[in-house]
Amino acid sequence: MSTSEIRTLSAPERRRKRGVITMAVLGLFGLIFFAFLPKTGQPVTYNFVLGNEWVLMKEWIINSKTGSLGFSLLSLAGVALAAVQFRARKTIRFASAIFGFAFLMSFLCWSAAGKFIPFTGLLQGALLLSVPLIFGAMAGVLSERSGVINIAIEGQLLAGAFMSGIIASLTQNNWLGLLIAPFAGAAIAWLLAVFAIKYGIDQVVLGFVLNVLVIGLTNFLYKKLLIPYQSTWNAGGTFAPIEIPILSKIPVIGPIFFSQSIIVYLMYVVVIAIHIALFKSRWGLRTRSVGEHPTAAESVGINVNRVRFRNVVIAGAVAGLGGAFFTLGAVGSFSKEMTAGKGFIALAALIFGRWSPLGAVAAALIFGFADNLQGLLTITGTPIPSEFMLMAPYIATIIAVSGFVGKVRAPAADGIPYKRGGAH
Amino acid sequence: MKLKKLILPLASFAMALFVGGLLVAFSDAKVLALKSQPLSMLSHAFSTAGSAYWALFRGSVFDPRLAEDHWLHGFYPLSETLVAATPLILTGLSVALAFRAGLFNIGAQGQFIAGAIGASWIGFTFELPYVIHTIAAMAVAIAFSGLYGGFVGFLKAKTGAHEVIVTIMLNYVAGYFLLWLLSTTAFLRPGRQDPLAPEVHKTARLPHLFGSDLRANLGFIVALAAAAGVWWLLNRSTWGFKFRAVGANASAARTAGISVPRVTTSVMFIAGALAGLGGAAQILGSEPAMTAGVGGSFGFDAITVALLGRATPLGTVFAALLFGGLRAGGLTMQASTETPLDLVLVIQALVVLFIAAPALIKSLFRLKNIETGETMASKGWNG
Amino acid sequence: MSLELRGITKRFGALTANDSIDLAVADGEIHAILGENGAGKSTLMNIVYGLLSPDSGSISVDGKAITINSPLDALAAGIGMVHQHFMLIPVFTVAENIVLGHEKVKGLGILDIESAKQEILRISAEFNFDIDPDALVEDLPVGLQQRVEIIRALIYDAKVLILDEPTAVLTPQETDELLKNMKKLRDKGRSIVFITHKLREVKEAADKITIIRRGKVVGTAQPSASQEELAALMVGRPVSLDVEKTTPKLGEVTLSVKDLTISDHTGRALVRNVSFDVHAGEILAVAGVQGNGQSELAEAIVGLQEHVTGHIALRGKEITRASVREALHAGIAFVPESREDDGLIGSFSIEENLILDLHDLPPYAKGPVISTSIVEEEAKARVKEFDIRTLSAKDSASSLSGGNKQKVVLARELSRPVKLVVASQPTRGLDVGSIEFVHERIIAERNSGRAVLLFSTELDEVTALADRIAVMYRGEFIAIVPADTSREELGLLMAGIRR
Repeated sequence: MSTSEIRTLSAPERRRKRGVITMAVLGLFGLIFFAFLPKTGQPVTYNFVLGNEWVLMKEWIINSKTGSLGFSLLSLAGVALAAVQFRARKTIRFASAIFGFAFLMSFLCWSAAGKFIPFTGLLQGALLLSVPLIFGAMAGVLSERSGVINIAIEGQLLAGAFMSGIIASLTQNNWLGLLIAPFAGAAIAWLLAVFAIKYGIDQVVLGFVLNVLVIGLTNFLYKKLLIPYQSTWNAGGTFAPIEIPILSKIPVIGPIFFSQSIIVYLMYVVVIAIHIALFKSRWGLRTRSVGEHPTAAESVGINVNRVRFRNVVIAGAVAGLGGAFFTLGAVGSFSKEMTAGKGFIALAALIFGRWSPLGAVAAALIFGFADNLQGLLTITGTPIPSEFMLMAPYIATIIAVSGFVGKVRAPAADGIPYKRGGAH
Repeated sequence: MKLKKLILPLASFAMALFVGGLLVAFSDAKVLALKSQPLSMLSHAFSTAGSAYWALFRGSVFDPRLAEDHWLHGFYPLSETLVAATPLILTGLSVALAFRAGLFNIGAQGQFIAGAIGASWIGFTFELPYVIHTIAAMAVAIAFSGLYGGFVGFLKAKTGAHEVIVTIMLNYVAGYFLLWLLSTTAFLRPGRQDPLAPEVHKTARLPHLFGSDLRANLGFIVALAAAAGVWWLLNRSTWGFKFRAVGANASAARTAGISVPRVTTSVMFIAGALAGLGGAAQILGSEPAMTAGVGGSFGFDAITVALLGRATPLGTVFAALLFGGLRAGGLTMQASTETPLDLVLVIQALVVLFIAAPALIKSLFRLKNIETGETMASKGWNG
Repeated sequence: MSLELRGITKRFGALTANDSIDLAVADGEIHAILGENGAGKSTLMNIVYGLLSPDSGSISVDGKAITINSPLDALAAGIGMVHQHFMLIPVFTVAENIVLGHEKVKGLGILDIESAKQEILRISAEFNFDIDPDALVEDLPVGLQQRVEIIRALIYDAKVLILDEPTAVLTPQETDELLKNMKKLRDKGRSIVFITHKLREVKEAADKITIIRRGKVVGTAQPSASQEELAALMVGRPVSLDVEKTTPKLGEVTLSVKDLTISDHTGRALVRNVSFDVHAGEILAVAGVQGNGQSELAEAIVGLQEHVTGHIALRGKEITRASVREALHAGIAFVPESREDDGLIGSFSIEENLILDLHDLPPYAKGPVISTSIVEEEAKARVKEFDIRTLSAKDSASSLSGGNKQKVVLARELSRPVKLVVASQPTRGLDVGSIEFVHERIIAERNSGRAVLLFSTELDEVTALADRIAVMYRGEFIAIVPADTSREELGLLMAGIRR
């Protein structure tokens, strides 16, 4: 390839090129660090069974050094395939998936040397940890694609968790709790919309203030009502998992995806709906137009602020629904600041996923996996301190916005209030 | 003119206290129990909120009961206010300075932690004479936190990474790093399992201002000096001119030969150093043993302080005293009236919300022609 | 379809942008609205198109009064607009841009974009527009983007088409093509409102002319009127269309540029292998359609571009890698393309704006401290010398009019020891009086022995001021020709055609 050809690479191609290089570096690092540096290998036991599947897969035991070596080589094969695809000017998604899987397996073999890995359980837990992140990131997509920065995801999640918790407890009906959650999130988002769109306040400041407002309010009420009168105010329950017939019996996949609570199934629906609607529907076209170039949208008769207002409120509802997962999907009762910064990881997933629904889902899944793996390794003991595993999503986001993996670009008008006739 | 500028913050504060009072009154079980008797419910609500706010005052300014044994002790609450205000002034200045240069420093919390780590490390590890020990601890705190903040500016200058996103992420990174640090032998207090560092040596501590009974210490004076320094920097120096120029219109500043990357990096360095000095003042002044929670909610508090203070040094000092008072008084309120300290967070958030939306306050109070000053200019992720 | 405006008034604070304007556009005519920059033409048309609401006045179509509160109302009434700054979303395809706001949907709100594509291809073929509905707008050159806007207006079936300064971004030949298409549209029964300040085009295409000055209609004219008459009506006094200029006294080479290539951060070349010299005492004017690399070239000379290869030398001293500050202090005065964005800091006082470049050097600064009294004195002197109309030098720069803002920029840039003046679109958006001031000042600089490198997309300005003309096309200097080269020839060069 001559230099002039390199100059004419299109933006996605340049991104792919950087992707290939990044993968190659990581792959080599894995090969050296996971496969060659450890002096001795120890057996690693993988378990795939959670109990309900048709076929009960056998445990798989492999020497950690052999496993790391094999998977590192497979990951490098993925890099090679990516390079070939890149030369052929094709997408490298499939090759990247191979790389990602092999690299992680290589890491697992290394970090769990001499230990037992409940593989299916690990992934199931990862999905569960990703649920609020995915809902939160979807709230980010809805709001930011229309041009309103949503830092208040954390507050919307927390509001959803709080309201669903107390309503489920007061009525002793989880479904009513689930029903109220989107309204709680939407109420916070409504405040965001009013202040950001009507009063034109800086959306970053606003998002922060709303987060603190919700944290302050829920903490206050938690201490004043939920602790002293726990049996009436904070005694909701959780939704039982629903097993989808047939699908839930597939080994590995079934327990992970199809034996979950109603909130997880709602999440699948929300993600698919947002993805299709954003790129294929009239609503999506208008949403993207007001997020990119509101003046142009206005000039063809679109009411920019109405579109934004609606999107922000819907975004809040989605986040609120995700908040219900903390109480009704996982714990059963509300506890102080139980969202614990997940809203910010959701924001990170949104950015890492380049403001696209599927990208954000992928990022959220990776972050959820890292989180769960961290938990597992803390219990089993690990070469890496768990705090560093917990840092990973944040550092990954910094790397992403710094452009090391290609320039991440927000919607052009994201965060800029729109005033009619503002050009004059 | 000057008085008019105060109307908006004062009105916002009054509104926030009012809403906070409603919250206190109507979340009270006794008040709620009187649903059927509206009049006595109202009077009960009033007295509930009233006693909470009286406790707030007693805890932040003057407590007659404490003055009974010695008059100076009556001012113990005020001293606590100064103690609480010290880190707020310094982190608030950090946000205010960055804001004047067009940068939004959400990372005061992480920088505060970096400073606390530095001060704590020097403070308990080394044996040094008085004064020198304090200065050394502060210098290391400034270096750590300055670098932590400067890194954000450097990254923005080199790659365009948005400082808001980077600082949010770095707050978490700092928090987890501190947690890890407190599990290492170098930082974990011998014999302890929970994350707690050893106390810094007496030689490194900041001396008390009004005798050993009151906790107010030299840190407060350091904070005031920093405020004066920031004022001078912004309004009189050539550096400040550059900072303000970049803040007001970066591309015009660049076209006129001002190096924007250099300004971005140095502003974030100084902002980080100010926040880190806050961390040092906390460790060397009032909390000599570093815990995992040392960062508190300073990231957010700093923003509220800078906003309420309109990003000017003097305003920041006053805003910090106000919120410091809420903090100190909130503890007394929590202890004596069972009103959770979190009320303070709610009030703080409401104040900023009202301040940021002058139009709202104007219409609520039917104010006309009041000075609203500049609100925070809104910029997008790409800007 | 006929369009009638009565008593349209619009105020922005103290400024009355439109003062009781009456206008009647007859069915099937090209009606030109002529006025200098800032006369209120765009405001008027934004009102007609529903982007702004008038304070008073009425609009009627075919004799029926209508209310226009949003572009939707305007479009429903059959009024379409091609905006001066295109209202297109760069990351959308042509088809997506065209359907936006008027989307046809299948079920469930899913877009039906195929039928729109067919329609686009049909209209594109009718006018030889050569538009691919699937192309991303950001990949299209400006000339084609304008066609996308025209197609959109036609798809909405606009009976009255407003074209706001449509020729600003076109070469002379593209302009001719556009004027031809305007006539074609008129002949098919559409009315056209043509907003411009270019006399030649008005005479060429208009059926009727309404002249606006300082927000008021000051008269109507026929296309047969002479350019001098039209100019006098537009400005309110007789204007000499030529600039007085003596023959240049050439000195030594001041700026020497060799094999200069400028790339953006993705590595795409914006300027390719450009080489030229500018001598002391001459004006080299760079002509070309906007977006052919002029801005980048101007910026690169003062060090505002990052990815630069080749050589730039000022009086033999290499400044290719110099920082902006070093370049300015080496003796370059730089008048940037956008006063508001790059020239001034709006919220700073005039005083502060005047020392943006020198604030940390004596006499303005002693060590790290700025000496306010000297800053004040110097500012007073500059305000006087450059005739900056303001009550106080402590007022903010944003309170000034466009012409006075440009004077502040000139006052700052010309107060350093200067060997070379680089001026990028120095008269864009200015009224005629300010244009004259800027032109005189540029000539004065040249006569006093400084080298001037002028970038302008206004061919009239180029021919009036230049001692030599360079034409830029797609990042290259396609030719350097004498000042008396004909308009037609320059036009061909601007379109990239070498004879």
